[in-house]
Amino acid sequence: MSNAISSSSLRYEIKAVRRAAYFFLAPALIPIFIFFFVPALAAFVLSFTDFDIYSLSNFEYARFVGLRNYFQLAEDPLFWKAMTNTFYYVLVGGPLSIAASLGTALLLNSKLMRFKAFFRTIYFLPVVTTLVAVAVVWRFLYHPRFGLLNYALSFFGIDAIDWLGDPVWAMPAIMLMSAWKGFGYNMIIFVAGLQNIPNELYEAAHMDGANVWQQFKDITLPMLAPTTVFVSIIAMIGNFQLFTEPYVMTQGGPVNSTLSIVLLMYQQGFRWWNLGYSAAIAFVLFGVILLGSLIQARLQKRREAS
Amino acid sequence: MKSISKILVIGLATILAATTLLPALWMLSASFMVPGEASTFPPKLLPSTITFEHYVRLFTRLNLWRYLVNSLIISICVTVVSLFFNSMAGYAFAKYRFPGRDRLFRFLVSEMVIPAQVTTLPLFLMLNKVGLINTYAGVIVAGMSTIYGIFLMRQFALSIPDSFIEAARMDGSSDFRIYWSVILPLCKPILITLAIFTFMGTWNDFLWPLIILTDDSMYTLPVALANLTGEHVQDTELMMAGSVITILPVMIVFIALQKYYISGIMSAGLKE
Repeated sequence: MSNAISSSSLRYEIKAVRRAAYFFLAPALIPIFIFFFVPALAAFVLSFTDFDIYSLSNFEYARFVGLRNYFQLAEDPLFWKAMTNTFYYVLVGGPLSIAASLGTALLLNSKLMRFKAFFRTIYFLPVVTTLVAVAVVWRFLYHPRFGLLNYALSFFGIDAIDWLGDPVWAMPAIMLMSAWKGFGYNMIIFVAGLQNIPNELYEAAHMDGANVWQQFKDITLPMLAPTTVFVSIIAMIGNFQLFTEPYVMTQGGPVNSTLSIVLLMYQQGFRWWNLGYSAAIAFVLFGVILLGSLIQARLQKRREAS
Repeated sequence: MKSISKILVIGLATILAATTLLPALWMLSASFMVPGEASTFPPKLLPSTITFEHYVRLFTRLNLWRYLVNSLIISICVTVVSLFFNSMAGYAFAKYRFPGRDRLFRFLVSEMVIPAQVTTLPLFLMLNKVGLINTYAGVIVAGMSTIYGIFLMRQFALSIPDSFIEAARMDGSSDFRIYWSVILPLCKPILITLAIFTFMGTWNDFLWPLIILTDDSMYTLPVALANLTGEHVQDTELMMAGSVITILPVMIVFIALQKYYISGIMSAGLKE
């Protein structure tokens, strides 16, 4: 057999493999390109224009205004309010929800626990419910006069709280509801992480006379660190996108105490049609999420190094 | 001592379970109450007489059928199309050699950090230009394929031995035939997991359908429900019935297939 034939058939084969690969990739990558990358880039460009309701009929009415939208944002008290609220939600509500997930995971993983699968399913149920429906239901649970929550609290001698009508309580109310809805998800991931901790570690600690708290502090928490970082990053990215809860429950009120970045973006973009300004808000959100992810990834790397 | 802590642990778990279920059970209970009964003091946990009038009203006068059908069409289309596209791409990334493959894959994964909200404004303008506002297609195109789906499919397809593919090739099967009758059946567990994720994600999605579906008759259930709350704030019992209908389909899917759903989350959490 001559080399020429095999090398040309090899080349033919490589070509055929590539063609097949592109054939398989195209249906998925073309939509991602058109409906994700192009709009993401366009949003960046949009954020440097004064695109508004007049430009909607004719794109040529939009002009480049440089960084004006971003400067305007920096001076917009509403934007800073939305930033503060969103950070409040991310930095307080997020960790609370994760703590609930961890606590429940420990409970489910306890040797003393029975009917684990049954309880796991119940704790997980809120995760699969529709957020809009949940927000509608909780609005009534939070009703200052007829709501179940205030009724339950009255047994502990706590006076009625106007959960969604009081600027101090509205955001904590949204945090509580989100924690209820979401804790089951991270609970599952924590249970998986807990099951990966070798039992011998606990047995050795037990021999040395370590109590339950010491075991938790010196074995469970350090061994769970990678899981916790993973869970925190995913939760943080999701929490920065807070929208549905305030949209359905409070419309951002009272006195803008639950106005989130995405809600502000939605109002500016689709209620007032200031699309250039709205795109700038979207990019600030993106920047914040990117920065947050990088910081947490960096912290994790440092922890691994030490 | 041991039995006391055991009672304590199970007692705690039971209290927590009751708290978790309470909002959902109250929703169900209130949906059967006569108008006004949910707004009394002290709050009632159970209806004095069971009435179905809110469900009847939702399905007859308030057009709930329409929203249910809209939600079903959109969720099923997105699930089927994205499962097909994502699995093909995931398979290609796992089993085909082509120039720039790993770089392209790494690039795609790194782009997952871009929040979807960033794309909504230009996407709205683009779809407005081509007349897809207020259509099923407008909702569906944004979910036809996802980086996350491709990622999950690739991770799973990597574990399929090359020998399976080579054996099929020896038999003279075409590339598509191999994908269809060798790879897809082997990927069944991840396909089911991804199908549940996608169906539920699309069903529960709010922001994008809210933006793109401008006409009442095109609303999905969550959008219609949010809209109803604005008009019927006082009709607590009616809103609870609407919430039950919105949640019920995803609940059924979850309870039937929870094994796949939960194992999917566990593997996603451990791989990174």
